Amino acid sequence: MIAPNPQTGMKPPPAPPRAWTNTRIAGNVLMALWAIAGISLAAYLLGNLEKPILQALMPLLSGDWATWAEQRLATHEFDSFLERYGAKYLQGFLVTLQIVGLSLLFGALLSVPIALARSSKWKIFSRPAYAYVYFFRGTPLLAQTFLIYYGFGSFRPELQSIGLWWFFRDAFYCVVFAFSLNTSAYQAEILRGAVQNITKGQWEGAAALGLSRPVTFFKVILPQALMVALRPYGNEIILMIKGSAIAAIITIYDVMGETRRAYSRTYDFQAYIWAAVIYLMIVETLRRVWDRIEARLTRHLKR
Amino acid sequence: MNEALTLLSFGDQGWGDTIALGVLVTVSLSLATLPFGLVLGFVIALAKNSSEPSLKLAANIYTTIFRGLPELLTLFLVYFGVQIGLQQLVKLAGLEIYIEVNSFVAGMVALAFVFSSYASEAFLSAFKGIPQGQYEGGYALGLSRFQTMTLIILPQLIRLALPALGNLWLILLKDTALVSTIGLSDLLRETSIAARVTKEPFLFFGVACLIYLVLAMISSSAFTRIERWSKRGEVQR
Repeated sequence: MIAPNPQTGMKPPPAPPRAWTNTRIAGNVLMALWAIAGISLAAYLLGNLEKPILQALMPLLSGDWATWAEQRLATHEFDSFLERYGAKYLQGFLVTLQIVGLSLLFGALLSVPIALARSSKWKIFSRPAYAYVYFFRGTPLLAQTFLIYYGFGSFRPELQSIGLWWFFRDAFYCVVFAFSLNTSAYQAEILRGAVQNITKGQWEGAAALGLSRPVTFFKVILPQALMVALRPYGNEIILMIKGSAIAAIITIYDVMGETRRAYSRTYDFQAYIWAAVIYLMIVETLRRVWDRIEARLTRHLKR
Repeated sequence: MNEALTLLSFGDQGWGDTIALGVLVTVSLSLATLPFGLVLGFVIALAKNSSEPSLKLAANIYTTIFRGLPELLTLFLVYFGVQIGLQQLVKLAGLEIYIEVNSFVAGMVALAFVFSSYASEAFLSAFKGIPQGQYEGGYALGLSRFQTMTLIILPQLIRLALPALGNLWLILLKDTALVSTIGLSDLLRETSIAARVTKEPFLFFGVACLIYLVLAMISSSAFTRIERWSKRGEVQR
């Protein structure tokens, strides 16, 4: 933009109106479609609130409106979907948070030795770690969960004799175990990639200053590596949240499990739409929070 | 050990042929999804790369939705949603037919949505890797916008996007396992049935995992070849 001329105070001419190109028309049509879809979805979900709204309005209504409202209320002989299942969804949300939180925590603890072994010079360490990572990244999470939950049931006598049967009998423990193993493989790769990404000069510089290798690693290399790893870690958390829906298949009542239960009882498609709303809100919130954290932690790198 | 081999053999005694059919379904589902996902992903990347803000926003809403939803939920939304929608349409038309959506098609549609939203990101970052001069050069030679896109930009774009697309293919291959939950007889479902009947879950799920690993290995070696082929015009270093 050209600034107004300070001597004459004249402003530049206004920009010409934007032409209605084909792309602009297409964009507007698509946005209109999204808006229609969004509004009809919101209207569909707000149908849950019809009863309380009508009840609140009842004393204010008179004449034809009152009879109409009474007729509408008479059609609601039972509670709305949200009233019946809202609390269940909240419970499911907490279960999802538990599964994801525990798996990420155990996965993070497990990923450190795996990453160390994977980048070790000795093949006895690096080969098995490579196989571990390859296995857990190359097979579907669902198959891994089945392998642990149903598969370990084959070894019931052995597990009972070493006193671990209580663990593998419980679907919740099995899911957390399977997810931890899975995410530890991914996190190990993230960690290894981030540490290798640090240039050799950082090690040499620290060595020249007389720092020992452990001090160099924890005070020089790791802080820089974690900065690089921040984004992939965020993606991994999101992947884990999305992957946790699989737990519903082996009878865990997380958000997805409660959704399936509600749907099987009511055949009301709302069940799945509410689940979509919940998952989208979790993932979007996390993504935004993570962006903030990243911007805050890397603020010294901004020019 | 012998017992396990008998269970896995082909023929009357073993489950080998059933599992092989399952592998066929898994592979054909992912191969059938791939072209739709790629084309849709490319179109969305074009929309995101355009200078028109409304088009960009529409494409971004699409990717936000399908990258934020769990794949399993997308699958159920498509499977039950399409079924209910069609049923309502049939009711409106005054017919009394019960409609059941094919789980293969539902899986294809849902996986194509997910794949395309991730692929659009891959294409978009590839678009950013192509300098403006390539377009200008094309126009200077008198090529139309379409010709510039197909003859000059697209070949370079594919080369830049290939590594990311290779990863997405592996993810797609793994995601097909989810379709077993809506009743498609894929690898995981066939092995689950075998596990339940024979009461040997560890063996059969272990075999399923190994087959998925083999499929991943075959795909990555194929991708290495494709990448080498796509770089044949570059200077060998």
